[in-house]
Amino acid sequence: MADAGSLINWSLLALEPPGWGGVLLAGLWQSVQIAVGGYALGLLLGTGGAMGKLYGGPVTKDLLEVYTTVVRAVPELVLILILYYAGTDVLNKMSAALGFGSVDISGLAAGIFVIGVVQGAYSTEVLRGAIKAVPAGQMEAARAYGMSPLQVMRRITLPAMLPHAIPGLSNLWLIATKDTALLAVVGFSELTLVTRQAAGSTKAYLLFFCAAGMLYLLLTLLSNVLIGIIERHYRRGLTRHA
Amino acid sequence: MSEETVSALALTELPSKRALLKPHRIVLMAIAAVLVFCIVWFMRWDWVPKYSGRLVYGVGVTLLILFTTSILGFLLAVPIGLVQVTGPWPLKLLARGFCTIIRGTPLLLQLWLLYYGLGSLFPQFPEIRNSFLWPYLREAWPYGVAALTISFAAYEGEVMRGAFAGVPAGELEAARAYGMSRFTMFRRIWLPRAVHRALPTLNGETVLQLKATPLVATITVIDVYAVISKVRQETYITYEPLLLLALIYLCLTAILVVAFRYFERRIPTRGA
Repeated sequence: MADAGSLINWSLLALEPPGWGGVLLAGLWQSVQIAVGGYALGLLLGTGGAMGKLYGGPVTKDLLEVYTTVVRAVPELVLILILYYAGTDVLNKMSAALGFGSVDISGLAAGIFVIGVVQGAYSTEVLRGAIKAVPAGQMEAARAYGMSPLQVMRRITLPAMLPHAIPGLSNLWLIATKDTALLAVVGFSELTLVTRQAAGSTKAYLLFFCAAGMLYLLLTLLSNVLIGIIERHYRRGLTRHA
Repeated sequence: MSEETVSALALTELPSKRALLKPHRIVLMAIAAVLVFCIVWFMRWDWVPKYSGRLVYGVGVTLLILFTTSILGFLLAVPIGLVQVTGPWPLKLLARGFCTIIRGTPLLLQLWLLYYGLGSLFPQFPEIRNSFLWPYLREAWPYGVAALTISFAAYEGEVMRGAFAGVPAGELEAARAYGMSRFTMFRRIWLPRAVHRALPTLNGETVLQLKATPLVATITVIDVYAVISKVRQETYITYEPLLLLALIYLCLTAILVVAFRYFERRIPTRGA
C-alpha cells in the first residue's frame, strides 16, 4: 500500500510535455470556446424563439412549442448524440449532393451547433418569461408612437426585459459550461475527455479529475463575479426583488 | 436556481390539450402523422422485438436509479439547507462549500472522479478489500448512485435553504410562544412548512434528475441508454435506436409531470 506522499505526483501537472498541465489547459480552452459559441447561438435562437412564441402565427407557435417541449424532456446526452450524428450526416449528404464530396466537419463547429440548439430551447423559455414580465403598457405606448415591431423590440422590449432575464440567462451560461463536458461522450477532446485520457495513461485518476474539477470551478466562480457586475449594472434604478 | 429557471430547463407542465381541433393543428397533426408513418415504414425497426426484454429492464433500472437518488438526495438536502440557515459557522461554511463545488463542476466529471478515482484508490487498502462492502464497491452502480445523490442533494439543498429561510418568522415565534422546545418546533412547524414551500420546485428537479441518469451508462451501468448503445453497436443502425430512446425519455418525463400534477392537486402548495 502506498502512503499519501507518493500518491500525489505533482510533476504530472507540469505544463511541459512529460506533465499534462498544458493538455488540460488546451482542453479547457476548447470547452470555453464551445460554451461561448453555443451560448451565443442559443441566445440567438432563444430571442427568435421567444418572439415567435409570443407574437408568431399559430403554426410558428406550435412548432416552437414542440421544439422546447422535446428539448426540455429528453436528456442532453441523447440530444447531443442525435444532433451530432444527424447534423454531420445531413451536412455530408448535402455537400455530396452538391458535388463537393464528403466534408470534414470540425469538432468545434459540431460542438457549438449541438450545445447551441439545446441552449436555444432553454433560452427561449427564459426570454419568453422575461418578456412577459415587461408591462404591456410600455409596448403599447411604443406602438402608439408609430414604431415598427422591430423598433419596439430593439428600443423597448429587449432593454426592458433584460433585468428580468439576467438571473435565468446567467444560470444558462453556467449550464452551457457544464454541458460541454457531455461532448466527451461523442469523443470531442474538451476538458473532461482530455482529463480522462491523461488519467488513464498515468493512472493518477484522483489527481487529474480533481485538477479538472478545480478548473471548472474556477470558470464558474469567475463567471459568478462577472455576472454579479453585469446584474448590478442592468438592475440599477430597479427595486431589489426578493 | 429559481423555479422559473428550472422550468425553463425541465418540462414541468404538459402542453395544454385545449383547442386541439383548430384547423391549423389538424393540418400539423396530419403532417406529423405522415412523418411518423414514414419513420415506421421506411426505417428499420426489426431489432425492436429482439431487444424489447432488455429495453424494459433498462427502463426499470433508469427509474430505480431516479427514485433512489431523488429520495436519498432529498433526505440529504434537508440538513444541508438547514445548517446554512441556522447552523454554527463551520457547518454553514461546509454546506455552502459543498453546494458551490458540486454545482460548479459537471456531473460527468464527478461521476468519473468517483468511479475511476475512488475505484482505483480503494483496492490499495486491504481493510476495504476485506470488508463486507467490497463486493458492492467492485460494481459500478454504487458510484453512479452516489454521484447522482450528491448532485441532487446539492441542487435541492439550495432550494431547501431558501425554503427554511422563507418560513415566516411569526409562525416560529408563535410556536415558541406555545412553549415548544426547539426540536418540537422544528418537527411540527419549521420542517413541514419548509418542505411545503420546496414542493413546487421538486417537479422540475426530478425531471432534471431523470435527464441526468443516462450519464451512469458511461461507467458501465446498464440503464436504458446503455441498452440502446448496445443495440447501436450490434446492429450498426445509427438513428432508429436514438429516436426510440428520445421517445422513451419523452414518455417518462410526461408520466413524471402527470404524477406530480396529481400529487400537487392533493396538496395545496401555492397557498401563502
